[in-house]
Amino acid sequence: MANLPFDAAAVRARCQRYRRRILDISQTVGALHIAPSFSCLELVATTYFGLMNRTGDAATEDTFVLSKGHGSPAQYVVLEELGVIPSAWLENFCKPGYPLATHPDYGTPGIAASTGSLGHGLGLAVGMAYADKLDGKQRDIFVVMSDGELQEGSVWEALMVAPSFGITRLVALVDLNDFQSLGQTSKTLPNFYPMLDKLRAFGWEAAEVDGHNPQAIHDAVKARSGTKPFVLLGRTTKGKGVSYMENVPIWHYRAPNAEEYQIAIREVEGCRP
Amino acid sequence: MRNAFANAFYDLAKHDRRICLVVADITAAAGVASFQKESPERFINVGVAEQIMVGMCAGLALRGYVPFAYTIATFTIYRPFEQVRLDCAYQNLPVKLVGVGGGVNYSTLGSTHHAQEDVALMSAIPHMTVLAPCDPAEAAAVTKASMTVPGPVYLRLGKAGEPDLTSAAPEPFQFGKVRRIRAGTDVCFLTYGPITKMACDLAARLEKEKSLSTAVVSVHSLKPLDEAGIRALLAQFKTVVVLEEHAPCGGLGPQVKALAWDSGVRCKLRTYALKDEFLHVYGSHGDLLKAHGLDPAVIFQEVADLAR
Repeated sequence: MANLPFDAAAVRARCQRYRRRILDISQTVGALHIAPSFSCLELVATTYFGLMNRTGDAATEDTFVLSKGHGSPAQYVVLEELGVIPSAWLENFCKPGYPLATHPDYGTPGIAASTGSLGHGLGLAVGMAYADKLDGKQRDIFVVMSDGELQEGSVWEALMVAPSFGITRLVALVDLNDFQSLGQTSKTLPNFYPMLDKLRAFGWEAAEVDGHNPQAIHDAVKARSGTKPFVLLGRTTKGKGVSYMENVPIWHYRAPNAEEYQIAIREVEGCRP
Repeated sequence: MRNAFANAFYDLAKHDRRICLVVADITAAAGVASFQKESPERFINVGVAEQIMVGMCAGLALRGYVPFAYTIATFTIYRPFEQVRLDCAYQNLPVKLVGVGGGVNYSTLGSTHHAQEDVALMSAIPHMTVLAPCDPAEAAAVTKASMTVPGPVYLRLGKAGEPDLTSAAPEPFQFGKVRRIRAGTDVCFLTYGPITKMACDLAARLEKEKSLSTAVVSVHSLKPLDEAGIRALLAQFKTVVVLEEHAPCGGLGPQVKALAWDSGVRCKLRTYALKDEFLHVYGSHGDLLKAHGLDPAVIFQEVADLAR
């Protein structure tokens, strides 16, 4: 599928449906990470439907790791569409007897690693990529991370090690929504920016795009040289698509009430894919 | 013990290409040096970066490899504790976490290099197996046996120069089982790791000077613990002594006491452990143990009095 022409409009239409689906699920639980899911949705969907080689064969297909595990709804809605997980699991999100919860668990179909504590996914992916290199496997590993996560020291250990070991088939996509629990990432640690230069200084090839633009995401990743690990910074809006959620920290982990839900649905459906 | 591990590792890795070694700027000599030369692609030095050492191990294991992480015990498990707990144990992956210098072995380096609460921490993690061999031969046996464990393993090693304590053992090594390495009928020492040498010396003196027939039992598997084997010893001996180079909390001593209570045995039971302190004392390994209250002269007298 990776060789078919990329259909950005189809990914945008998917993301509209996914937003609606996540809002529906939000009405069945007390709380869920809507805003961080909405910010990374185009990054996740573009990876699955435009970048990943999904052969269905575990030995050859590309790997997806959601290192910002709290964005799990964004991955679950994709896995549901792909038929990897049944809809009943999503409809019983965070319910006893069903396997889907706030953070992805290794062992759940479609989940390559347990995440949820920030700063683990990239290190795991470096180990996987090293193994693939040893085995001569021709496959890529895609890791979706948050910008707040990049404050973890373990991330920089992984960033340091990957290019030093000649790992090339590793793509990190950073959801640059500029928000973390207590406020704006750029105000919490101003010296963390500019980020692009820091990543390049660590030996990675890096690019920055609009993280809600599937075509831009696709083209930037596809244009990578393949001689270094690659990191894409996707500028995003936390809570993208619902005006009252956008960049409002409380929506990091809150489910809308019935009235708020109706407003959100109208806004998501009113926006042209 | 380091070399015994290194040579056992070499034998394993020569015949099994899934095995690799991930180190954080600390390595072993002997077989590990040969392995590095012969299979450089499977010898991975990440530099002074223990979180990626353990994280990479888990990633390798997710792809079917059987990685060994290797550095000084404190750096193997304390610095990257969350990678140990989540990447390895939560995902139940076959990663071997090898810690050199368990206890206060690095006796001139201070508490930064003392793994004195490692057994407690590792035992508290679900899925984790905790192994602590007493001499080079047992280190080799445990290293090889660890390959049969499907989940993560913490392998607590001594350092170098530990004497042979098991070649004349009355019982053979059986993975996961307590093992009598010195026969006796009056007193029984339960111990693990390099401090087993002190138990053997004490047993010889108790026998010679106090006519107390003293057994020494190596408990190389702290988790899972051979509870049936320990219950049998508690029932068999009138005096049981636990001697461990570990904090008083969460090691072998409290577990043996719990087993004794649960099984209602009536033996005399004394436990010796390190102090619950960071000591600012430097010297030989023996000096450190003594400063922690593990003084052979004192223990000899106390056990002799206890067993009288």
